[in-house]
Amino acid sequence: MKRSLRPLAATAVIFLIAYAVSVLQFPGMLSTRVLGNFLTDNAFLGIAAVGMTFVIISGGIDLSVGAVIGFTGVLVAVLITWFGVHPLVAFAIALLVAALFGAAMGLTIHYLQVPSFIVTLAGMFLARGGASVITQDSVPINHEFYRTISEAIIRLPGGGRLSFIGLLMVAVFLVGALLAHRTRFGSYVYALGGNTVSALLMGVPVARTTVQIYMLSSVLAALSGIVFSLYTSAGYPLAAVGVELDAISAVVIGGTLLTGGYGFVLGTFVGVMLLGLVQTYIIFDGTLSSWWTKIVIGVLLFLFIVLQRIIFAASAPGEESSEKV
Amino acid sequence: MKRLHLERLANPQLLALVAVLLINWLLFPNFFRIAWQDGRLFGSMIDVINRGAPVAILAIGMTGVIATKGVDLSVGAIMAVCGAVAATMVVAGYPTPIAVIAALAVGLACGLWNGFLVAVLDIQPIIATLVLMVAGRGIAQLITEGSIVTFNDPALVYLGTGSFFGFPMAAVIALVLMIVVTLLVRRTAIGLFIQAIGVNRAAASLAGIHSRMLLMLVYALSGFCAAIAGIVVAADIRGADANNSGLWLELDAILAVVIGGTSLLGGKFSIPLAVVGALIIQAMNTGILVSGFRPEFNLIVKAGMIILILMLQSPLLGNAIGFFKRDPKQANSR
Repeated sequence: MKRSLRPLAATAVIFLIAYAVSVLQFPGMLSTRVLGNFLTDNAFLGIAAVGMTFVIISGGIDLSVGAVIGFTGVLVAVLITWFGVHPLVAFAIALLVAALFGAAMGLTIHYLQVPSFIVTLAGMFLARGGASVITQDSVPINHEFYRTISEAIIRLPGGGRLSFIGLLMVAVFLVGALLAHRTRFGSYVYALGGNTVSALLMGVPVARTTVQIYMLSSVLAALSGIVFSLYTSAGYPLAAVGVELDAISAVVIGGTLLTGGYGFVLGTFVGVMLLGLVQTYIIFDGTLSSWWTKIVIGVLLFLFIVLQRIIFAASAPGEESSEKV
Repeated sequence: MKRLHLERLANPQLLALVAVLLINWLLFPNFFRIAWQDGRLFGSMIDVINRGAPVAILAIGMTGVIATKGVDLSVGAIMAVCGAVAATMVVAGYPTPIAVIAALAVGLACGLWNGFLVAVLDIQPIIATLVLMVAGRGIAQLITEGSIVTFNDPALVYLGTGSFFGFPMAAVIALVLMIVVTLLVRRTAIGLFIQAIGVNRAAASLAGIHSRMLLMLVYALSGFCAAIAGIVVAADIRGADANNSGLWLELDAILAVVIGGTSLLGGKFSIPLAVVGALIIQAMNTGILVSGFRPEFNLIVKAGMIILILMLQSPLLGNAIGFFKRDPKQANSR
């Protein structure tokens, strides 16, 4: 057990070291304000990354996440602003649409036996195109409910603020962790990622679980889109382009194995925080340009992939050849 | 040889291309009209081959990668990097050939890096190429220092917008590349080796194929093609845009390859048909534009197309047809 926790521990240690170095350089980073903003600013990424964790643990990938976020933002904004629907009803509709969307992708992946990345690629085109067809412009949301939620913050000593969306992300992570490690569905997901054929022989309902996994990912992406619309008070069809890559990066940095069957939801949390730290550091520094964020994330991604390979090559020499070809 | 060519002409991809072009013609009667002006050809058809060229070039490299059961997500980012290299060097006063060679070398190096991760470190292709996909645009911006580097070097601009006997230069480059690469893989055993790796890498290695070296080669070729596409695109707009050059083109390239009948499960590939796939995508693109639909429909049409192809390629459908019809052709294709 301890051995299998190594990647998670490595991520956590690297985060702590990186944070300590940042604090030594900019003492201002050690404040509840910065930490509170960490949660708020990365809330939508974190929520989407939870869904992505499940997909990756099951051995798949979901490229449609960013597009679903954009689509949900537009759908919610249009329902509220153009049709005067109450936000909560709009949220329910958006989550339902996303659930159906995810189910359709899961069904296609399972019954047509095609790689998940090409199906979710079609999903990405569909959701992004759908959002652009609804509207080309940014639709502002000006509703009482949105103001109430953005004012619902818990003040911390030291000027920090815990926003509703930040806390929502933490809640999603906790529920996600319970779902992954304490429920039957969670075990099925791990089993699928380990070896689909064995899972099937063991009696795992492969079709149902696959559909559920992609439904979960899409619903969480929609939730993330709702959070994004709360964060920006608008819906824009080109919002959150490329968030799927950030989410995948966070999942990998969080110690989840890309071949599936192994990973931690809470590791993803550390991964998201690490990405947030890189961004915050670059903002604090001021002289580094924003493109360094991408380079650093790329380097981190590479380091963690190599780290995983080394750890797993050392611990499981037997199961090498067949799968990863 | 002649007979083989005739047989190949009646494949679904070419029929699909003809169908799309005919629909375009119905929607826009002037679609096939080609005019000669200022020493070059003009017309919607010429536009299709010209605009389709970058994706076609990417698809040539991507075909090899997908045939080995891999995928290269980084080609769009490599395009941005190589365009940035060529543009910055030309602006800095280097002669054009040196700048182009340097950009091609950078593309090759990026491809070799991907190949190294996949072949030597045994990382899944999606993830291995994801590293460069994420970092690549950052590197490109580092090279251009965050701005769009514009240039007016006539020789470099010619690569993107010039004409060769009236045909757009970009399309000529794509055609030459297609012929060279196709001959390279089909007239030697390389194509067979690539297919062997795609079907079963372990078995191919045991059979004595240098799978590592071949994988490196395939990814290097993909990087090289991405470099060419990056130069062409940069030359076309006379500037290197690190943010938008080649954005999402990797997805179009994958789609083109899949439309071309290359199996995502490896083992079956065709480079010319991948180029036809790129032309189909671009013909739909142009068709949507000239017929007055909003360009956003493009994405939805593409999504519909992927789903259709997946259904056609799916083993389930093949089994069903095989079950009901006992069609020998279907059974053989799987």
